[in-house]
Amino acid sequence: MTGNGTEIIVIEIGCANTASVLFALERLGAEARLSSDPAEIAAASKVVLPGVGAAGFAMARIHELGLFDTIRGLKVPLLGVCLGQQLLFEGSEEGDVSCLGLIPGRVTKMTATPDMVVPHMGWNQLEVLKADPLTAGVTNGDFAYFVHSYVCPVNKYTLATSTYGQPFAAMVRKGNVFGCQFHPERSSAVGAQILKNFVSL
Amino acid sequence: MLARRIIPCLDVKDGKVVKGVQFVGHEILGDAVDMALRYRDEGADELVLYDITASAEGRTVDYNWVRDIARALDIPFCVAGGIRSAEQAVMCLNSGADKVSINSPALERPDLINELAEMAGSQCVVVGIDSREMDNDYYVHQYSGDPDKIRQVGRRTLDWVVEAKTRGAGEIVLNCMNQDGVRKGYDIKQLRLVRDLIDIPLVASGGAGAPEHFEAVFEQADVSGALAASVFHKKIIAIPDLKRDLRAAGIAVRI
Repeated sequence: MTGNGTEIIVIEIGCANTASVLFALERLGAEARLSSDPAEIAAASKVVLPGVGAAGFAMARIHELGLFDTIRGLKVPLLGVCLGQQLLFEGSEEGDVSCLGLIPGRVTKMTATPDMVVPHMGWNQLEVLKADPLTAGVTNGDFAYFVHSYVCPVNKYTLATSTYGQPFAAMVRKGNVFGCQFHPERSSAVGAQILKNFVSL
Repeated sequence: MLARRIIPCLDVKDGKVVKGVQFVGHEILGDAVDMALRYRDEGADELVLYDITASAEGRTVDYNWVRDIARALDIPFCVAGGIRSAEQAVMCLNSGADKVSINSPALERPDLINELAEMAGSQCVVVGIDSREMDNDYYVHQYSGDPDKIRQVGRRTLDWVVEAKTRGAGEIVLNCMNQDGVRKGYDIKQLRLVRDLIDIPLVASGGAGAPEHFEAVFEQADVSGALAASVFHKKIIAIPDLKRDLRAAGIAVRI
């Protein structure tokens, strides 16, 4: 089904942080609400897949709610945020789970060292690799807020990287599927710009 | 490069931000939402909002108040105060908090750390520790929000830090109480000892009085963030000036 509504649906899969994404969209004046209903999600103008927590739990919820095919079948812009971006990939080392398979590659664990604490938590800088409507107005060196222990690989679908020990995919795009590893809803003006770009797609 | 975090802490009592010296005798500083937005505008990297009396009064945080903050703020914030179950923590997170910090309830029932980490993920779980130097060692204190109930619980701080990490904490906030409110600088020695024991983020708390205290704690104790309250609330240090000084000293900060 092709989305023809005007609403942005934020998928509620029972993981935390749905409220903050919704509030951020509201601050931009976007019409957005939470839903876990496959029909409503399929009819949305745009869809956000947020997520905090473990990949295994989130994928189990996606299957239980009957959302696997719905999300994979979306033709409208889809934005995965944080764990939501990781779920877009083929699989994750976290719980050795198969994910949505919308973007090639496998999510791997960051290994802590004495000099590099994990989770990667805090504000880190973006390096934009590709001009894209989602990265409009984002400048190299802009800070975004990250909280994660697993990373998405850099490949031809990477829009922007950040570096913690090694470079990883901070923003991705393949067709209608977009992702941010950081939390745009918690990344102040830079995050608001990126969400505004998504809303304006 | 990952920036070191500057974290104002808002001790909240009945919806107002308060500050007590050595936790005793509270002075009202302003409305919580107003002050949160003021710090966002000044360049705070994150906020901690402590409902300082919730644990001692045996109640949990007011989720509506969390929601008000979440609706207005676009930087991360952590909520603390009387979170006793993983369900309560998830309610806080669902109300828009990015992290929850548990202190006294984790001491009462350490399994809470495991339950919370399993349900919400370690990255949301902060363990706050009030620690005081005694007899050439460091010991954990409980119910520090209430001078009548505060007590030493007989746990060595260095043991508790490792246990909290092992149980699934994603971050430790170490509040060094001897320094609290005195503004003589962070307890670098204790923070360095703790930092060398764990590979999760450590946030320093207690004792900030001057910009050079922040520089020292980042350089010498290698902490991920530095938390302070009164120096920001009383405008002794302005965050933009502090960050400019830190950057000039070669410390990675977000400006």
